Amino acid sequence: MFFSFAVRNLRRHWVRSGLSIIGIVIGVVAIASMGVMGNSINLLAANIITDVGDTVVITPHTAFGGTFAGDPRTVVDAAIPAREVEEIRRAANPHRTIPVLQGADEVEFGRGESGYAQIIGLAPDDIPILLEIAEGQHLRQNQGAALVGIHLAREYGIAPGSRIAIGGEDIRVAGVLAERGMGFDINPDYAIVVPEGWYESHFGAKDAYPLVIVRVGDVDEIDAVKDAVESRINRREEVVDVSDSREMLGQYEEIYDQITVFLLGIGGIALVIAAVNILNVMYISVTERIREIGVMRSIGALRREILRMFLYEAVILGLIGSVVGGVLSTAFGYLISVVAIEVATTGTTFGENFTVFDQNAVGFIVFGMAFGIGTSIAAGFYPAWRASQLAPVDAMRQK
Amino acid sequence: MSGEPILRFEEVSKIYPLPAGDVVALDRVSLTVDPGEFIAVMGPSGSGKSTLLNMMGCLDVPTAGKIYLSGQEISQLNDDDLTRLRRDRIGFVFQQFNLIPLLSAVENVEFPLILTTDREESRRRAVEVMRAMNLNDALFTHRPGELSGGEQQRVAIARALVNDPDLLLCDEPTGNLDTKTGTAIMEILAEENREGKTVIMVTHDPNVAAYARRTIRIVDGRLA
Repeated sequence: MFFSFAVRNLRRHWVRSGLSIIGIVIGVVAIASMGVMGNSINLLAANIITDVGDTVVITPHTAFGGTFAGDPRTVVDAAIPAREVEEIRRAANPHRTIPVLQGADEVEFGRGESGYAQIIGLAPDDIPILLEIAEGQHLRQNQGAALVGIHLAREYGIAPGSRIAIGGEDIRVAGVLAERGMGFDINPDYAIVVPEGWYESHFGAKDAYPLVIVRVGDVDEIDAVKDAVESRINRREEVVDVSDSREMLGQYEEIYDQITVFLLGIGGIALVIAAVNILNVMYISVTERIREIGVMRSIGALRREILRMFLYEAVILGLIGSVVGGVLSTAFGYLISVVAIEVATTGTTFGENFTVFDQNAVGFIVFGMAFGIGTSIAAGFYPAWRASQLAPVDAMRQK
Repeated sequence: MSGEPILRFEEVSKIYPLPAGDVVALDRVSLTVDPGEFIAVMGPSGSGKSTLLNMMGCLDVPTAGKIYLSGQEISQLNDDDLTRLRRDRIGFVFQQFNLIPLLSAVENVEFPLILTTDREESRRRAVEVMRAMNLNDALFTHRPGELSGGEQQRVAIARALVNDPDLLLCDEPTGNLDTKTGTAIMEILAEENREGKTVIMVTHDPNVAAYARRTIRIVDGRLA
């Protein structure tokens, strides 16, 4: 009875009802698609940044050190002597210690194309621990062959079996590395990985490494490993900086969380405007029907029945608006995310097989809808309550 | 309940506080209404007739004094109880008809019933009462705005009678109607009274008041 009453009244003022529904739809769409978008950015970032949380990175101690691996302030041409690498190996035992050689040289890719590229030297048996192969095979011991980063390989059409020249020295390509993303230790996507032996004979043996990676199997043991290395190597003076990527990752995540909150805030403002609109609509509806309310009360409608009738109106508006908004934001959120991924991952393989609609995205849409319905009810409640509190005689005296 | 008055006013006053000074709408009014009476309340405009009727119908509460409805003191009751009294025991007919524009004629009539009774029974009873008011079935689904004044007032009376009230209160029931239609409406009220309902109506028309068996005159909030 009161429900059909509410429906009839909304239909009587269908333009006004329609406008407030549009208001709610915009609010819900804004909040949900902003959430989905923020979530996509987050997912994408998590995908691009390699999770090296189980890795400790040791670099020579720099004047401005101790921040994180890859900090541009620490880029100095310095290296950790082999003797200290052995100390690290002992300190980090049983975890795997991987000394890394890094340099750059001009690389000829054939067909007259060439350019400088980063050359990474690793012990062949360390490579499978750090890196995966997309095509071809890993390097065998004492083999004079190279692994090429996937973006380099794509750019120059390199496949296993191709031949390239590093600094004029011919080398066979054994495999193409799988995409790894931005790392805090090494970034092989645009680099060439060669065996340590080949590296040293090419660049000359220095018996020192610019970077040492300790692969810690268990994230919980990272601090213990860091402490062990610190106390063993840096006992008398600061020789190395020991860092792990967790803090850095944490900072990144915080930034992305803030973006999400910011986007949700924009959606929230839209929804607040929609709520004010509902408040306004409900207020007008109550005001122009004061006499009617008085009549209903005088012939036996209880206060809570009047309240219910007006709340139904708000709920109907909120429900329709939220459902339409939910459907639209699923579409909008998807579109925005697809476009964002397209733009953000151009030239990489991360966009492929990447879904924006994980549980979180669905959660944001549900949250947007719930928020829309909740806001409508909240905005409708006060006018409805006002209506129900009117004394019947006073109400009927209106107009 | 034999012999108990259906309505008893004891020194009832109603004062409306206004910035320009308090307005005394009712001044220590005492009266008794027995079951089955047909009473006309007369008096000049502003004399307090409507306030008196609203008090009788539990639409308004007195500033001072006591009102008993079938022996029950109504100032003791909360809003829900008063609403239930209006719903179950009192029928109201207003000068302005006061039908609900969103509802069809028959829905207006069944409104008080549907709050307590199931839909089918309410509809059956509403149709019965409307037919008794000589309302054509074809009008049942019309909206109030599509009905003539006389038809609207018959619908309003049907609504007032649908819950089979003990007390039928009418505020200028013929005030907005032509003489012929007004006479027909008064015949209906007189018939209801003959069937045992207590009818109290406010009017300033002596011809209408002539239908009543007792007339209460009120001037400046006091019984004259």
